[in-house]
Amino acid sequence: MEKRYIYADHAATTAVSPEVLAEMMPYFTEQYGNASSIYKMGREAHAALNEARARVAACLGAQAGEIYFTAGGSESDNWAIKGTCDRLAAQGKKHIITTVFEHHAVLHTCEYLEKHGFEVTYLPVSAEGLVDPADVEKAIREDTALVTIMYANNEIGTVQPIAEIGAICKAHKVLFHTDAVQAIGNVEIDVKAQNIDMLSLSGHKFHAPKGVGALYVRKGLLLPNLVHGGGQEFGRRAGTENTAGIMGLAKAIELATADIPAKIAKLTPLRDKLIDGILQIPQTRLNGSRTERLCGNVNISIVGIEGESLLLMLDHFGVCASSGSACTSGSLDPSHVLLSLGLKHEVAHGSLRLSFGEEFTEADVDYILEVIPQVVDRLRAMSPMWERMCKEGITLV
Amino acid sequence: MIYSDKVMDHFTNPRNVGEIENADGIGEVGNAKCGDIMKMYLKIDGNVITDVKFKTFGCGAAVATSSMATELIMGKTIEEALTLTNKAVMEALDGLPPVKVHCSVLAEQAIKSALWNYYEKQGVDPEPIIGKVPDCEDCH
Repeated sequence: MEKRYIYADHAATTAVSPEVLAEMMPYFTEQYGNASSIYKMGREAHAALNEARARVAACLGAQAGEIYFTAGGSESDNWAIKGTCDRLAAQGKKHIITTVFEHHAVLHTCEYLEKHGFEVTYLPVSAEGLVDPADVEKAIREDTALVTIMYANNEIGTVQPIAEIGAICKAHKVLFHTDAVQAIGNVEIDVKAQNIDMLSLSGHKFHAPKGVGALYVRKGLLLPNLVHGGGQEFGRRAGTENTAGIMGLAKAIELATADIPAKIAKLTPLRDKLIDGILQIPQTRLNGSRTERLCGNVNISIVGIEGESLLLMLDHFGVCASSGSACTSGSLDPSHVLLSLGLKHEVAHGSLRLSFGEEFTEADVDYILEVIPQVVDRLRAMSPMWERMCKEGITLV
Repeated sequence: MIYSDKVMDHFTNPRNVGEIENADGIGEVGNAKCGDIMKMYLKIDGNVITDVKFKTFGCGAAVATSSMATELIMGKTIEEALTLTNKAVMEALDGLPPVKVHCSVLAEQAIKSALWNYYEKQGVDPEPIIGKVPDCEDCH
């Protein structure tokens, strides 16, 4: 077997694409003017930023004036949630609705607000990793300030019924924010049709550089300033703009959203072949819905082995992947996302996430399917947990 | 998370993996819920550990500390094995990331637990010799 190198961790980050890099380059060395400056180079930078804002907006069904550039997804989430809550607390609205399996940028922000007098409802998700819109509706109260529910889950790739949730929030006149960091370029997003009031995105998940993102805020909604200072970002987020990064973001989102159906058509069969292949291994399970799922996400639990060991062995074979085990989460508990599906700790510890993009090929799938059984055999052979399960006929999935 | 070359070496090529049939002492520590289980098998002749094998379910550090611990007690007397500390295991591996220190504690406990089992089989009360073997909750 010839060793290959396969980057199957697109949900973590992606490479800056050559087209994006080409778009950015002039803004480092030639068009480096400050967009606030009066002379030609400054005016040009200003015009470029305006144009970038319109380009990003067009990909979301938004208007240019509704796009605020930020440093990434976490910042956008923090701003949307804390900003909205700060503003609405004055009107006596101190209740937030979210889900148990949000990204930490949302969960920890909600926990922070809980310490500051807000009440948070953490909606459960189904065993398939889906939010029930009826649960959202039931949870809405007079004092609900915000509903914040992710578009697609970062670990298990499940795509939430965002349009339905948006319609419910609109009917009840409650603001709706969605963390769409994993969704951009994978699902068709139209903030108007889907009644999304705020949406967070992060460039490096779709081939723009790290450190640049955006927050869409529906026209007429006012968020308090995130950074006080100059008049950048409509006076709400001060600081000289990251012109090159923003230009890269605009190019990247255009490329990512240019032909989503083609991407889905290409990757879905590869994803399904990978899922079916890994599920051939005894005592494995797919985490998250198979159908309501990003086309580039596979998340499988392999019982009897531990995720970090699995990743290190896969790395040895040139496959970059990720896991929801406690050891890789940096805490003592395995991923909150996997536990939210009702998985036992020991099953969650053995999880593997493979996430991929357009350049993924059938040869990559075949290689991964050749490597994983070998690695699993080797780790199970030294696992006392697996030994006991075999002896006692224990089934965990 | 950065592992030393030694940790990676012991993870990729673990020493003394397996079981010992008719082992004189078997110890198991940790639990599946926490994400690590170490099982240690000892063959003891007189006072000397003549063979040692392990099986581990756990992260890279758990495998590496098990492997290193078996190397450190192979051919040693029981008294020497009982003085092996988690710190010595860590040092032999050129260190561990702070969140992985508990893996080395588990390795120390696994040896003590196997020796505990050995004394029990001999009809000897292990507690005065080994002391209390802390359980998983303590190391977390």
